[in-house]
Amino acid sequence: MFPHESEKVMAAPQSNPPRLLPSGDSAITVEFSKNIDEVANLRVLALDRALAGEPIAGVTETVPTYRSLLVHYDPVKISFDALGVKLTALAQKPAPSAAKARRWRIPVTYGGEHGIDLEDVAKALRTTPDDIVARHVAGDYRVAMIGFTPGWSYLSGLDQSLHLSRRQNPRVMTPSGTISIGGVQTGVQCLAGPSGWHLLGRTPVRTYQFHRDPIFLLEPGDRVTFSPIDAKTFAEQDRAAEAGEIVAELMPS
Amino acid sequence: MSKLVVASIGPASSVQDGGRPGSQRYGLTSGGAMDRLSLAAANTLVGNEALAAAIEIGPFGAAFTARDGAVRVALAGSTRNADIAGRAAAFDTSMTLADGETLTLGFARGGAFSYLAIESGIAGELMFGSLAVNARAGLGSPYPRPLQAGDELQVKAASGTAERRIELPAAAGGPIRVVMGPQDDEFPDEAKALFLAGDWKISATSDRMGYRLEGASIKHLHGHNIVSDGTVNGSVQVPGNGQPIVLMPDRGTTGGYPKIATVITADFGRFAQTPAGHGFRFKAVSMAEAQAEAKKFWELLRALPDRLRPIENFDLNIEALRNANVAGSAVSAVDAGTWQSPSP
Repeated sequence: MFPHESEKVMAAPQSNPPRLLPSGDSAITVEFSKNIDEVANLRVLALDRALAGEPIAGVTETVPTYRSLLVHYDPVKISFDALGVKLTALAQKPAPSAAKARRWRIPVTYGGEHGIDLEDVAKALRTTPDDIVARHVAGDYRVAMIGFTPGWSYLSGLDQSLHLSRRQNPRVMTPSGTISIGGVQTGVQCLAGPSGWHLLGRTPVRTYQFHRDPIFLLEPGDRVTFSPIDAKTFAEQDRAAEAGEIVAELMPS
Repeated sequence: MSKLVVASIGPASSVQDGGRPGSQRYGLTSGGAMDRLSLAAANTLVGNEALAAAIEIGPFGAAFTARDGAVRVALAGSTRNADIAGRAAAFDTSMTLADGETLTLGFARGGAFSYLAIESGIAGELMFGSLAVNARAGLGSPYPRPLQAGDELQVKAASGTAERRIELPAAAGGPIRVVMGPQDDEFPDEAKALFLAGDWKISATSDRMGYRLEGASIKHLHGHNIVSDGTVNGSVQVPGNGQPIVLMPDRGTTGGYPKIATVITADFGRFAQTPAGHGFRFKAVSMAEAQAEAKKFWELLRALPDRLRPIENFDLNIEALRNANVAGSAVSAVDAGTWQSPSP
């Protein structure tokens, strides 16, 4: 049960109504695309905002992903058909203007014990580790979705030159705070766990920490950039983060 | 305060309640009890809210001792041999452990999970409104992990309320009902037919994240990688080897395998109670039927207090109930999802 993503990137026409797919009797998948798709993800986030702004009675929570919005609801309060009609109408209304996206700068120690795949990635892409880091740091990313385990933030906007198939053998355990690439994506993994992606580095930032306000740092739609730090700084910031500091910087956007 | 001390316990046993929905957009699964109706029945017997925290006991045995006072408890879910200090203890009735007495439970019979509810619930720190253990996320209270021998739960001393039993609807068997989708169009018609006609068994490697199924290999139309989308309890995803995995309460909130079908709410608890190695089938139902059954399920759960009955002749009844459980293990409180709720 690892994150698996298709490698395709395609654009969908804006006007298509989404497909309504039943996810059992208490959830609807509102699908805008089958692929990782910038336009679809923006429509997902827009529908999510629209639902937050104009709540539908019976909807209990939503889960935005790259290409679809999962809408959990209470079938005692609203039926699949009635909710489907409302969601379709909401998805086709002009999107409410996005609140100004927050922009985070997240410190990362690249390579070495913190990013054990950096050298192999450089070899596979026929360049140097420094060049991989430079390209990864140059990226301007958006949180496309958060999923799988608490705080695992999937980012869109990875430089095309860093697209690389996932590992043949996924690792059963990868460290907390891992910054990795897989397919067309990059991500910030919060908790230690399995992963089939290539590990480039680690951040001291906890995107999920229970005894902290806020518990979850990132929201779908937030902008993210990375800044390299050395191992000593990592150790200092890791202690501060453990004590509840946010460590990531909120940038003027 | 009294204490309930875990004298011994097997794996897959933890404090569970209605779970913590509301943060799935941040990757935190809703979690909670595998079989909510059995949890609710146990809680109702001791006067708790239906989905209050109780002990979810896995397939192996367990023993609990009351300390610093009497403790009133109730058992529901998969039946098993049970005794309190040598006296037979019944399922689906409330009972009181005197200070120092031990409730000893055997292996689950015909199911997988039993629920031990404690009058006034379990003391702990609510995390996202829930005490439910989600070991991967480090959540759960009083212990953020499965229970171990020696653990102590702080509980209120028994109130001395008269003991009672609960009359639950008769268990219904039959196939586990599913609604097809959300990605049934990723499978050829033959694969869908095979999924619905096949005999399935739950693999021993299953856990609170997912039940792995053994049976026919289900082929995909376009390969097994889709772009991750959201999951629910009961999502039936099919990875590359064609052996479905049914996602359970501690699932990942998103997943990248096509999902051929989803177990309906009313049958989820019954499915969760299917023991490893036990054969079963799926049956597709319409959305209208699934939603009608979901409504009945929640109504049954809400109206459980109406099913409480006094125990007039306690000693006699306890024996009778015990015999009923032994004779017709089908009765078992276990098959929550299959119980037909009475017509209103």
